[in-house]
Amino acid sequence: MSSTSTQFATSARMGMYDPIHQVSMWESMFRGDIIPNSDASVPVQIDASLGNKTLQKTIQKLTKCPKRYKRRLAQNREAARKSRLRKKAYVQQLETYRLKLAQLEQELTRARQQGVFIGGAIDTGHLGFSGPVNTGIATFEMEYAHWVEEQQRHNCELRKVLQAHISDIELRILVENGLNHYDNLFRMKAEAAKADAFYLISGTWRTSVEGFFLWLGGFRPSELLNVLMPHIEPLTDQQHMAVNNLRQSSQQAEDALSQGIDQLQQTLAQSIAADPTGLGNYGSPMASAIEKLDTLENFVNQADHLRQQTLHQLSRILTIRQTARGLLALGEYFQRLRALSLLWAARPREPAYHI
Amino acid sequence: MDKINRLASENGVVIFSKSTCCLCYAVNVLFRELQVMPVVHEIDQDPEGKEMEKAIMRMGINGPVPAVFINGKLIGSTNEVMSLHLSGSLIPMLKPYQALSAS
Repeated sequence: MSSTSTQFATSARMGMYDPIHQVSMWESMFRGDIIPNSDASVPVQIDASLGNKTLQKTIQKLTKCPKRYKRRLAQNREAARKSRLRKKAYVQQLETYRLKLAQLEQELTRARQQGVFIGGAIDTGHLGFSGPVNTGIATFEMEYAHWVEEQQRHNCELRKVLQAHISDIELRILVENGLNHYDNLFRMKAEAAKADAFYLISGTWRTSVEGFFLWLGGFRPSELLNVLMPHIEPLTDQQHMAVNNLRQSSQQAEDALSQGIDQLQQTLAQSIAADPTGLGNYGSPMASAIEKLDTLENFVNQADHLRQQTLHQLSRILTIRQTARGLLALGEYFQRLRALSLLWAARPREPAYHI
Repeated sequence: MDKINRLASENGVVIFSKSTCCLCYAVNVLFRELQVMPVVHEIDQDPEGKEMEKAIMRMGINGPVPAVFINGKLIGSTNEVMSLHLSGSLIPMLKPYQALSAS
């Protein structure tokens, strides 16, 4: 889009490096709205708007001590030149990061399709883990990647359809599909939990920002309701009450599960600490520790069950249209979390150019 | 099994649990949050524990714990309790057994 690329060029031309402006440029870049000006040699012009007073002063200086003043000018020119070069280097570094990121993403998708087990975070240093490949987890990795793509397709369709005029009957089909899609995710996670519940809890299968919000291997249902609320308004009083009750019930259930996990941690720690013969000996403390680790799978399943029930209960409280908007808002929210993670991973760490 | 039914009908809200079961602990926490004090029977501490375990599994609870009874009736395990709570159906069942709140 010409207007935004002009914006980009203008800020470069003015020699300004407003970080907030820059981030929104990156976002536009990421959305694919604008193609960055690859010609990084846009000259930086030092603001040369001389008013009358300054002009007088310049003439004065020139006539009084021309040598000193001329040297000063030369130094300024040199400084400006160096500044331009540093900026060029910085922009080129950004471009390199961007390309590298795109490359890594490609490799990741390719490798996943070949069934190689790779952690979900884009972390260039690590590739999988040292140990036998866990096929249950490898399967999940692959399926989850497909699930995310499918989710994005669902979102696009919902977005289009909500802008057009579609009958409630047709919308219902899309909403059912959307809810089923989440049901599929929970089914997949149940299988993965059997293989390795720790993997789900660690959140390595999600992007970094999603991982930050992780609760027991996924999103927190009560928080989800907070995210969705603005997008499903207006609600009737009855609906408001029902949603508030749902949020409260969910919070209570989440607290109960959280306390259960804390209890598990405590008793597990005690079991391990109580082993008098040291690690690796399958005396009774270690055996009971292994048993406790097994229950982690149950907790992960219960957390997913809460998520699933919250979504379904919400769909019962809302009209079809409201549910559709809610599902779209949910999809977009997670998409933004993922995009934020990518921006974060691509951020320059040691800029050569300083403001 | 007689013992199960007897214990279940002796009190309003009864949870059959095991001392090592953290999920049972979580369900207990939830009931307390709802101002109910369930009676907890730890079947691993009971001499007839094995019998009780089999009986509960025959009733369809695979855990076999937690097994939750309200008013002598089997409600289910964690799944059922959570679903009921989210749909708003749990609290009405608990009303007769809720302690009077201080407020």
